[in-house]
Amino acid sequence: MIAISILNRLIMAAVTLFGVALIVFVLLRVVPGDPIAMMIAPGASPADILALRARYGLDLSLPAQFGVWLQAVVIGDFGTSISLRRDVLELLLGRLPATLELAFAALVVAVLIGGAVAVIGTLSRRTPLEPAIDATNGVLLAVPDFVWALALVLLLGVLFPIFPLSGRIDPTLSIDFATPFYLAESLVRLRFDIFLDIAAHMVMPVLALALPLATVITRILKEALLEAMVQDYVLLARLKGMSEVRLVLQEALRNAIGPALSLTGVQFTFLVGGTVIVERIFSYPGIGNMAIDAVINRDLPLIQGLVLVFGAIFIVINLGVDLLAAALNPRLRHG
Amino acid sequence: MTDMLLNVTGLSAVSDREGGLPVLRDVSLSLKKGEVRGLVGESGAGKSTIAKAILSILPRTVRVTGGWINFKNRDLLAMKPQELRSIMGSEIALIPQDPQTALNPGRRIGAQLADGLRLKRGMSAKAAEARALQLLADVQIRDPDRVMASFPHQLSGGMRQRVLIAAAFAVDPELVVADEPTTALDVTVQKEILRLIRRMQEAHGTGVLFVTHDLGIVAQICDSVTLLYAGKVIEEGPVRSVLENPQHAYTRALIAAGPRYDRPDAGLEPVPEEILHALRQEIGIR
Ligand SMILES: Nc1ncnc2c1ncn2[C@@H]1O[C@H](COP(=O)(O)OP(=O)(O)OP(=O)(O)O)[C@@H](O)[C@H]1O
Ligand SMILES: [Mg+2]
Repeated sequence: MIAISILNRLIMAAVTLFGVALIVFVLLRVVPGDPIAMMIAPGASPADILALRARYGLDLSLPAQFGVWLQAVVIGDFGTSISLRRDVLELLLGRLPATLELAFAALVVAVLIGGAVAVIGTLSRRTPLEPAIDATNGVLLAVPDFVWALALVLLLGVLFPIFPLSGRIDPTLSIDFATPFYLAESLVRLRFDIFLDIAAHMVMPVLALALPLATVITRILKEALLEAMVQDYVLLARLKGMSEVRLVLQEALRNAIGPALSLTGVQFTFLVGGTVIVERIFSYPGIGNMAIDAVINRDLPLIQGLVLVFGAIFIVINLGVDLLAAALNPRLRHG
Repeated sequence: MTDMLLNVTGLSAVSDREGGLPVLRDVSLSLKKGEVRGLVGESGAGKSTIAKAILSILPRTVRVTGGWINFKNRDLLAMKPQELRSIMGSEIALIPQDPQTALNPGRRIGAQLADGLRLKRGMSAKAAEARALQLLADVQIRDPDRVMASFPHQLSGGMRQRVLIAAAFAVDPELVVADEPTTALDVTVQKEILRLIRRMQEAHGTGVLFVTHDLGIVAQICDSVTLLYAGKVIEEGPVRSVLENPQHAYTRALIAAGPRYDRPDAGLEPVPEEILHALRQEIGIR
């Protein structure tokens, strides 16, 4: 039963990725712009151009190109980046951890901020604080990540230059990382000086990504909490003398998380999408930043690889949300 | 007078949701220690409003405009929140109507049963667990250990209601308010639950205010009864005398229309319109 549903999910994931790959492949080749034109030296002869085209397989028909690319991808060969002249898979694996650390940190921050505000809003219902929270959150809901990023740059980068404006780590710090997960690795190796430097670099991009998600979590979770708070079991617990804080945290919260979770999952995929622009703004060396360069350079193999990676991340997020929902639901956990 | 537990006197309330419409009109009722009083009336008669007023959980949209609720000779309506908190869930407990929504779906039964014991009786987690097991056995749950470790969805409606009865009697309250505790259950389970409430009540010497719209149930487990219509007490007294010798035409019509009270398994049937008309004139509606 579980094995079948997992198999189902895997097949669905493969079909989804194939569809995404196909669409992007075709789109990239019908929109104007020529990757070869970007890389030839001025004054190259037509023969040189033809040779380059042949080298990257761009002289074949569209279906043939797709076939060649797909066959290679299946065995783990994503081709060579046209602009960086390096193996695409290697480039992706080198950059992906930076983005994963950024997105995961943003998720944690968003859940903490959004959850805390939702709980405070619930506790302060029927006081003037509640409409104030609702109104503020309602306005902030409309602020996208890049606006947060620019506001943060102004505030924490220019007016009060507390945090570094760009990059992932101070290049003068010396440590030989064994993995590309710098933040996690510095923590595990107890190199707190390095950890703090990396964390300081992440503050602004993390906040820019986390705040839009936090506002959504606040709204959804508060609604679910308020609904749970009028249930009979909360009334009974209140009669038994449970404090309001415990009513919210112990009685209501666990039943409110479920409904809030799936929407948070959807929003988290938006957050991952937001890394493209936010990493760019803060020159953070992740795959989002790389994606912009790849598009500017019409680096077809790299773009295709990036699209597959983003697609895979979205699929993993959705799977994770479903698994978490199942784990949190006593009906599914205990027959 | 010393054995008087609850004395509601001249209680009046209006609903702000319905433009200040009266929902309770000068209601008086009393309950002695160890007595089971039925509170009967059709839907909207104000039964739950009285129950909620006693538990001091009236919605904000219902306003008390007069009267007293004396519990052990102290007016609950005049008490500070702090005092109320020490009485509610301790000296006065609630058996709710719907066992589906009255247990937290995300917490184990054992933990939920222990809440009252720990918060109101200051028991340790261990002592509360032992007591909870005992309570489950008291309400005739055969495998208390399994039920303690269960989540609500793993139990039937009847089992859940047993758990809620155990939770209500756990703290040895002097008054239990039961708001239609069997309405959500099948008929066969209903009878078991009624017997159980009566047995627990007798064992603990608890006074019970039993809200129902079913005269058959009143006949089965109540000592006395108060009949409401549109927030007004129409008739009250010992069950036998009210059911065998009703004074009011409305009561007679209810008994005639409803099930014979030795067959307590059907709901109320409609009452003739002319009797209702006369009743509304008497109360002064429209
Ligand atoms: N939250 C509320 N705010 C304002 N008025 C309410 C509220 N709940 C109920 N009322 C009104 O109070 C009156 C009595 O309702 P109540 O719930 O006490 O009836 P009841 O006898 O318990 O009926 P039922 O058998 O349907 O439970 C009704 O007219 C109803 O409209
Ligand atoms: Mg009711």
